[in-house]
Parts: sequence; structure tokens; C-alpha cells
Amino acid sequence: MSDVSLKSELAAFRMTPGLWTIAGVAGFALLLVIGSLTGAIGKDTFAYRVFIDPFAQMVEMPDLFAQTLWEGLVGGVLYALIALGFVLIFKASGVFNFAQGIMVVFAALTLVGAYEKLGTIGIRGEAAAFIALGVALAVMLALAYAVERVVLRPLVNQPDIILFMATFGLTYLLIGLGEAIFGGNPKVMIADQLYLPRGAIDLNILGGRVTIQKLDIAAAVIASAMIAILALFFQYTRIGRALRAVADSHKAALSVGISLNQIWIIVWFAAGVVELVTGIMWGARSDVSFGLQTIALKALPVLILGGFTSIPGAIVGGLIIGVGEKIGEFYWGPLVGGAIESWLAYIIALIFLLFRPQGLFGDKIIERI
Amino acid sequence: MLYREAGQYKTSYAADMAIFPLRQDRIGLAAILAIAFVAIPMTGNQFFLSSVMIPFLVFSLAAVGLNILTGYTGLLSLGTGAFMGVGAYACYKLATAFPDVNILVWILCSGFFAAAIGVIFGLPSLRIKGFYLAVATLAAQFFLQWSFVRIPWLYNYNASGAIEVPTRTLFGLPLTGATASPETRYFALLVIVVALTWIASNLVHGRVGRMWMAVRDMDIAAELMGIRLLHTKLLAFAVSSFFCGVAGACMMFLWYGGGEANDLFNINLSFNILFMVIIGGLGSLIGSFMGAAFISILPTALKFGLPAIGIPIAGATAEHVNLLLVGGLIIFFLIVEPHGLARLWQILKQKLRVWPFPY
Amino acid sequence: MRVQTFGKGVALAALLAATAATVPAFAQDSLYIANNSYRTGPFAGSGIPIGDGMRDYMTMLNERDGGIGGVKINFEECETGYDTKKSIECYEQGKAKGMILYSPWSTGATLAAIPRAHVDKIPILSMAYGLSASADGNTFPWVFIPPVTYWDGASVMVKYMASREGGLDKLKGKTLGLIHLDAPFGKEPIPVLESLAKKYGFTVKLYPVGAADMQNQSAVWLNIRRDRVDYLYNQGWGAMNPTAVKEAVRNNFPMDKLVGVWWAGGDDDARAGGPQAKGYRSLNLQMAGTDFPVIKDIQKYVVEKGKSLSPKDKVGENLYNRGVLNSVLIAEAIANAQKISGKKIPTTEDVRKGMETINLTEARLKALGLEGFTIPMKVSCSDHSGHTKVYVAEWDGAKWIKSSDWLEPIRDEVRPLIEESAKDYAEKNAWPKRTEACASSS
Repeated sequence: MSDVSLKSELAAFRMTPGLWTIAGVAGFALLLVIGSLTGAIGKDTFAYRVFIDPFAQMVEMPDLFAQTLWEGLVGGVLYALIALGFVLIFKASGVFNFAQGIMVVFAALTLVGAYEKLGTIGIRGEAAAFIALGVALAVMLALAYAVERVVLRPLVNQPDIILFMATFGLTYLLIGLGEAIFGGNPKVMIADQLYLPRGAIDLNILGGRVTIQKLDIAAAVIASAMIAILALFFQYTRIGRALRAVADSHKAALSVGISLNQIWIIVWFAAGVVELVTGIMWGARSDVSFGLQTIALKALPVLILGGFTSIPGAIVGGLIIGVGEKIGEFYWGPLVGGAIESWLAYIIALIFLLFRPQGLFGDKIIERI
Repeated sequence: MLYREAGQYKTSYAADMAIFPLRQDRIGLAAILAIAFVAIPMTGNQFFLSSVMIPFLVFSLAAVGLNILTGYTGLLSLGTGAFMGVGAYACYKLATAFPDVNILVWILCSGFFAAAIGVIFGLPSLRIKGFYLAVATLAAQFFLQWSFVRIPWLYNYNASGAIEVPTRTLFGLPLTGATASPETRYFALLVIVVALTWIASNLVHGRVGRMWMAVRDMDIAAELMGIRLLHTKLLAFAVSSFFCGVAGACMMFLWYGGGEANDLFNINLSFNILFMVIIGGLGSLIGSFMGAAFISILPTALKFGLPAIGIPIAGATAEHVNLLLVGGLIIFFLIVEPHGLARLWQILKQKLRVWPFPY
Repeated sequence: MRVQTFGKGVALAALLAATAATVPAFAQDSLYIANNSYRTGPFAGSGIPIGDGMRDYMTMLNERDGGIGGVKINFEECETGYDTKKSIECYEQGKAKGMILYSPWSTGATLAAIPRAHVDKIPILSMAYGLSASADGNTFPWVFIPPVTYWDGASVMVKYMASREGGLDKLKGKTLGLIHLDAPFGKEPIPVLESLAKKYGFTVKLYPVGAADMQNQSAVWLNIRRDRVDYLYNQGWGAMNPTAVKEAVRNNFPMDKLVGVWWAGGDDDARAGGPQAKGYRSLNLQMAGTDFPVIKDIQKYVVEKGKSLSPKDKVGENLYNRGVLNSVLIAEAIANAQKISGKKIPTTEDVRKGMETINLTEARLKALGLEGFTIPMKVSCSDHSGHTKVYVAEWDGAKWIKSSDWLEPIRDEVRPLIEESAKDYAEKNAWPKRTEACASSS
């Protein structure tokens, strides 16, 4: 059965698949509630543990629920940051940037490495941290320039998958370069020197304790500010307008005199800045090591959920995935032995995708013969 | 001069539509097979066979499988590693549950289990396309990998959690397990790869292959021409996963000989095989082999070959140089020829036709 | 372009030919030991200090004593990046080059190497990692797992918990959490912990961390908080450990009740938690620090001369010293083998015998400059581990210090499990019976 005929049939009932699902879920929930209230579903049954118990826990221990939500939100914001880097690059240069993860690591390593080097020549403390920040930004700019010259320019107008492949080559290069320069051992992020707060705020609410890390608050604030600045930049500046033009159509943009090369450098640099911020935040939460690059894989479900081309999509997607996977892992994970976080995000994204194949905010895919 | 079709007349449609219409190509193929079957086992030492040729053949098989899906049908998949894992675990369960049946039978049968799983995870491909589909197949990758750890039944409740490959024989020679010589394993693998490649070649050159390619080029148009998308896409998933499953079983039984399988069939494996397909050439069987050679043999060759030709680098530095070189070469080859090594090969052949007088 | 391509092709072909030719088993004039390392990849954080320690001790022996028994040690690192595929290549290369001992340095690499080594008759030293069942020397003549196995470690953890609570009988009703890497390595302690839990009436809760989520553990730690875990045992590796310590700090988990397996005791792991990580515990096999003759010698002969890869201030860190311990065991086995066989360059069979006769007594430790560095350990023909005592180390904010006595593993519990598991392995794999004779001298 094809898509088209399915839709027309459903249209006769005025029920979209989405509505059907909502109705189905609501009906099922109603059944369960009735079942548990009347005692038809006993406490030891599988159905109780899957469908009733987690919700009962949420009500009984609201402090833990609030904590889970908060962790999910912070995780989500950080996923959104990585996804943002992807979206920027995908929008402007049509490259699905596999090297995103390693670029996060590379940016953070440059920062920490430069700080260590400054320490050996006697510059320490906050001043050194901000010089190092400058160095890291300069390196990301140089990287953006190099990528544009060496990878993008010769490969202009090639199929998406070829550019995707090229970023894999870039990944190898950056891993090799990063390890050769900075060594493979993990490094501690210079969070204090960058005035990132440490410690936590304990809120005694909801009959328990909700701990909110100051670092997480800072991460959320900085990420939101970053997203707002980028949005304003793209909306109101000349370069931002040019960038949106390039995103719409390379050829049309070229024909009105926009320099693709220049835009690409700017976009890759903007993504580099986002990566640096991401690296600082994740690095402060764990440490700066090459293991961190796998975190970038977490941005992929965020991307498909939000749509490859949408900045708001990256944010909303990040939050949905972040909260969804934390709640899933916390309440349902133990039922099947835990560590479901590794795939839950993809399943959530997949479910959304079945209803909106282009993601929540992605450009509608129009196919013509 | 050497490579020219002058004088080779086709007198039947069959001859005209042959896969290798040129006599030189047929001779070339025969020569490659002769080298693979005779020269390499005769001259290669154990290290070369077990660390270069066997991995190369396993990856080639997986790359042929993925090429059917991605290159011929245009469906991007990042679940290859997990589908290979399904093959390995299926083969392990079958081989330990029915120890009397020949292991080769089970290696081939395990492909069917991978195919079944592949079809299930292929279902979303009807609605989701392009990179969205690629990420959706990641769900398969991570879910299956998680299952490999979480379901102890799959590894027979071994305390180590690893697949332990039992010794099985073929014609009295040990084929799997630690006592199997690299030569035996190499021969068995070579036969499997050649046979399956022959089947793949017939599939892609036949009606099924044309359906796949029609879907790849534009699925709506293909649908309008009366190709059933559901069947075609799922068939591609099934056949591709079958190849990958067999490759996974071969990987575990003929190459690794046991080990921590859940970690082995990870996302990096999926990416690596996708990259073999892309750098080799999408929609080209010979490209699959070239890509596998590039991504699988090159790092090994650099690591062990460079010290042997007198460039004394070792340890971590070697790894760094290795990464830099492989990364650089990938970009270099893509810039030289974005359509993969297979296209490069074709161009070379074209030049050879007019050589030495290209006027 | 064609010429270019052709050139590339020729270069590649040459390289390939070179690879094929790397292998001639060259004449032996040194002791060739193949050692996997991972100075790259997500586990490099743990791999680098260990690799440095191993390498430096061997270099020191070459510099100070001219090798072992007057024969230089050819100690070669083969980089794996913690990838099993590469470790198999390394094994094959080592075999072709005539290694007398293989040091796999990852549980995955060990598992893959065990069947091969059994056929190729090459001894494997997996020091306190790898397959716990391989402690049964009657089944696994070629695999060595001194001084302890993961199962011993788990039993020591229970004992330690009991010592803190005031006796094994006080464990009833307590909850022991196991936060572990979701892979066979991380799941190793589960059978022992569960069996002990049944015996002593405490509860075991499992908190797996997926390899992709090593640096993203917040949901796991929420679970730990909800379950009100009393003690937490961390079976982690690489980037998972510093993150776990940080999360413990974030979640106000009492640091003195978080105990890592010996591999989770890296200085970098604990340092990541900042000043609040003070009190983090880890099981340990040897002392950290530089106040030992052997480390002084390393500093004198290797580090000061610039022959070490390690930064000067990292010499003497916990995992560095762990690497030294590993090399000590290798060197001791080879020295024993030279003594038993009377050959300058012992065969793999001799080294196996050398391993089986390792007996590091107090006197021997002192002679090696290891006094106070570790405790006596002994390997025998049937017991390839020794089930040596382990102590709990504490992070004081800057270094690891000893915070408990040397605790004996619960041998009565672990040994039957090992033998049962070895039997199971042998049955499932139609494993050949041990044919190698035990060495008589000691």
C-alpha cells in the first residue's frame, strides 16, 4: 500500500495517524488505570511494573522526579549544543559532519593544552585561561579555513554522501593530529579559571532534596545565550542573511554575488565556537579525553527528531531526547537490566520520525518526478 | 595495446550482455582467482593470511552486502555492525545446539537470521529517507548491541560473556577453533566470498537489481512504473543483511576465533563498512573489494609495513602517523575521484584501451 | 593524474609486499616480549600510565643489569587503541617474530588470545584482568592471572564492607551497588557478589553504564540515589572512572563508600573529582609513590636520562606502579625460566614453567628493590593466580595512601567458582586436557 492512498483513505475519516495514536494511547492508559484501581492488575504483574509503578513512583517521590527532569533538561541542552553545530554546517554547506564529535574534543584539547603550555612559560590563572580561550578560537578559525580550502572547495557540488565521507577522513586527521600534539591522556577542564561556578544548590522542596549544580545552571544559561545570539546573528546581520540565502540555494546565492567560500568559513567557524563551548561544558562535567567524541553520536537522534535544517528543532529535539532518555532510564531502565540510555534516544526519535519523516521542524520533503 | 576489444565479435545477445564482454577482462578475472586460490596460499606466510587476507575477505563480503543496500538501492544504513553481530550469534547458537551439522552450513544459515532482523529494522525505510534513515538504523545498531550483552542466552551463559568458538572440522581438517590453520580458514572463506559475490553479481545484473536501481534513482518514479516499493526495499534489506550476517559469522568463526562479540560489532564497524562502500564506489561490486582493501589493509600495512621497509616508528607515534595518513588519503582520493576507487579503475581501463597512442 | 595514481598504486603495492615480508622469524639475540598498549583512544587515560610503567621498568633492567641474566630485553609495544581487532594482529605479529610471552592488556584481547595461545603454546600474562577461570592451571596451562582475579576482588570488596560495618554478620539488610561498564569486563564480579549476597543476606544492585555513555552517567546516579545504596563498587575503566567520581561528588555520595576495582584507581581518575573526591577508595595490588628502591632506580637510569615517555611527576602514580608490577612479574618469570632451563633465551615452554614457579618471597622482593612495594605472591602449577591479598587505598586529595590492611580474598568462595567455570569452559569448547608437566624446581 502506498503512502498516497493510505492518506486519502484516512482523510475520509478525518483522522490522521497522529490522532489515532493519541486516541489509542489514551484509551490504553484509561484501561490500565481502571485495571489497577479495581485490582485487576496485581502489584506483581508485569503490566503493573511497566505501566503503573513508574507513575506511582513519580507521584510518591516528586523530589526524585524533579531531579530527573532537571538532569534531563541539562543533558538536553548539552545535546542541543552539539546538534546545533551539526545544523549550522548542514544548513550552509550541506555537509553531514561526521567530524563533529572529534571537533568538540579538539577544541577542548586546544584550550586545555594551550593553558598548560602557558603554564610552562609562567603565565597562570585566569589571564592564561582567557589567552588560551583566544588561542582555541584562533585554532578553530584556522581549522574552518583549512576545511574550506582543502575539503569543501575541491568537493563542491558533489553528492552529500561524498562530503559525509570526506568528514570521516577529517575525523582521522584530527584524531591523529590531536593525539600527536596533546597526547591521549585525559585532561581536567580549566573550569575554575574560566569563572565557571562549582558546587551545588540544594533545594529542600517537594518533600525531599533537589540538588542543582551551579555548573549545570551555567551550562543552561550559556547554551541559551549562545543559541539566542546565533539566532539574532542569522536574523539581523548581513552575513546572517547571506547565510540563509546559501542555505536555501547555493546557485541562487552565488548568482546574487554571495561568496560561498566566505560563508563556509564563517559557518564552520561559528560551528567551531559552538563546539568549543560544548567541549568546555562536557569537559567540566566529565573530563577532556578522546572518549568524549562518542557523545556526539547522542546528537544524531536529536538531529533527526528536530530536523537537520532547523535551529529551533535542535533545541526542542535536544530537550525531548534529554528528558525522555533520563526518565526512561530512571523509571523503566531497571526493569530490563539498565543501560537502555544507549538506544532509547534513537527509538524515541524513530517513533517521532514515523509520523514526521522530515523531523519536527525540518523542511518539508517535496518529491517531484 | 594489450587491453583492446578489437576483433572480438559478439554473435549472440547473451554474449553481448555478458558481465565481462571483453576477453581481457575474463582473463583478468581468471588471473585474480588463480592468484587468490593458488599463489597467495602458496607464497603468503601465516601472518599475511591471518592478519591481512582473512580480514580483507570478511570486510569485502560485508561491503558487498552493504553495497546492495546503499549502493544499489540507495538506502543508507548504519546498522551493518549489528546485523553482522546477529549472524555471529546465530551461528554460535546453531553450532553449539547442533554440533553434528557441518559448520559451513551454519555459517550460511546464520545469514537468514540476520536477514529476518534486517527486514524488521528495514520497515521504517518506507517512510524515512536519506540521512534520516541512516540515523534511524542506528537504533538497530544500539538496540541489538545492547541485546547482545543483556541476553545471556545468546552466549550460552558463558561466565566470560564472550563467544567461545568450538573446533569443527571440514573433510577432517579443523576449520574453526584454535587448531585451524590459516590456510584452511582462508580457503573456506575464499570459497564463501567468491560464491556469494557470484550470486550478488547475478542479482544486481538481473531483474531484481534493476528494480533496486530504479528505486535508488527515484523511488516515486519506480513506484509509478509498477515496482512495489515495500517488497523491493525489504528485499534489499534482507539480501544485504544476509550477506552481512554471513560476514559476521565468518568474522567470528574464521577470523577471530572467539572473543567479546558485543564490543566487536560496534558502531565503528558499521561506519567502517559504510566508508569502504563509499570510497570503493557506490553501486559497484569490485568497488566493495577495493574499498575493503583500502580501509582494512592500509592501516595494517602502514603499521607493520613501514617498520619493515626501514621507517622505524612504533607504538603510539605509528598510530598517529597511521591516522594522519589514512585520513589524508581518504580526502585525497575523494578529491581525485569522488565516485570511488571503482571509477578510478574504470578510467584507468579506458586509458589503457587507447594506450600508447591516445589520439 | 594517472601517473600520480599509478605512483600511489606502486607505493601501496610495495608497502603490502613489505607487510607480507615483515615476518621472517629472525635470529634471536634478545628476549622478545610482545606487549599491547593503548596510548590512543577512549581508554588511553588508563593505558598511558600503565604502558609507561611497564616500559620504564624493562628499560631500567636493560640499562642497569643489561637485561635479564645478561640478555637484553626487546620489549615492544604494539598499539591497539583497545581494539580487539588490532590486538589480534599484534598477537599474530608477535607470534611470527617469536615472542616468548604475550601481554594482552585488555580483557577482550585476552579472551581472543586464549584459544590461540593454547595451540601456539605461548604463555599469556594477564595480570589481574582477563578470564577469571584461567586461574585454574589444570585447565589453562598457558594463561596466568596473578596476583588476583576479578572474582577475588569482588570478595575482598564484600570483606571490606564487612570490616567497615563490624563483621560479616552485620551485612544483613545492607545494599551493595555495582556500577560497571556494560561489557563482559564490567560484569565479571556479578556471580561472586550474588553468591556472597545470598550467603550473608545483603542485596546487590547492578548499575550498568553503556560504553557510549561512559561520560554521561547522570541517570545511573539518580538510580543509585533512589535505591539508597550503602556501598558502591566501581568496575570501570578508561573515561568511565573520572566521570563516576565526578558524579559521586555531584550526587553527594559518601566518597569513602565508593570503592573502585584496582583498575579504577588511577590518579587522573580521582583527581577529576577535585578536592571533594578526597576519600575515594580503590582496591590495590601495590603501593603508589616513589619511595621504593625500584622506582628510585627507574628514576635514576631511565627518567633522568630522558628515556622515559612519562612526565617526571607522573612516575610513581598508582597505575604507573601497576605497570611496573606487571613488568616485575614478567622479568621474574623469565629469570626463573633461565634458571630452570639453563638457556640464555628460554623457549615459551620454559617461560611457562618460569611463570608457574614465581615465588616472590619477602627476601626476593627485597632483592628486587620492592620491599614494601607489594606483598609476597606465589603462583603454582594448579593455581595460576595465587589469590593474593589486596588492600584498599584512599585518595587523600593528592595521592593514593593505604587505608586498610591487606585483605585476603574469600578463597573458599572464589576457588570453587573458578574451578566450576573452568570446567564449563573446557566442556563447551572440547578443551584438551593439560599435557604440560609441572616444573619441579622452584
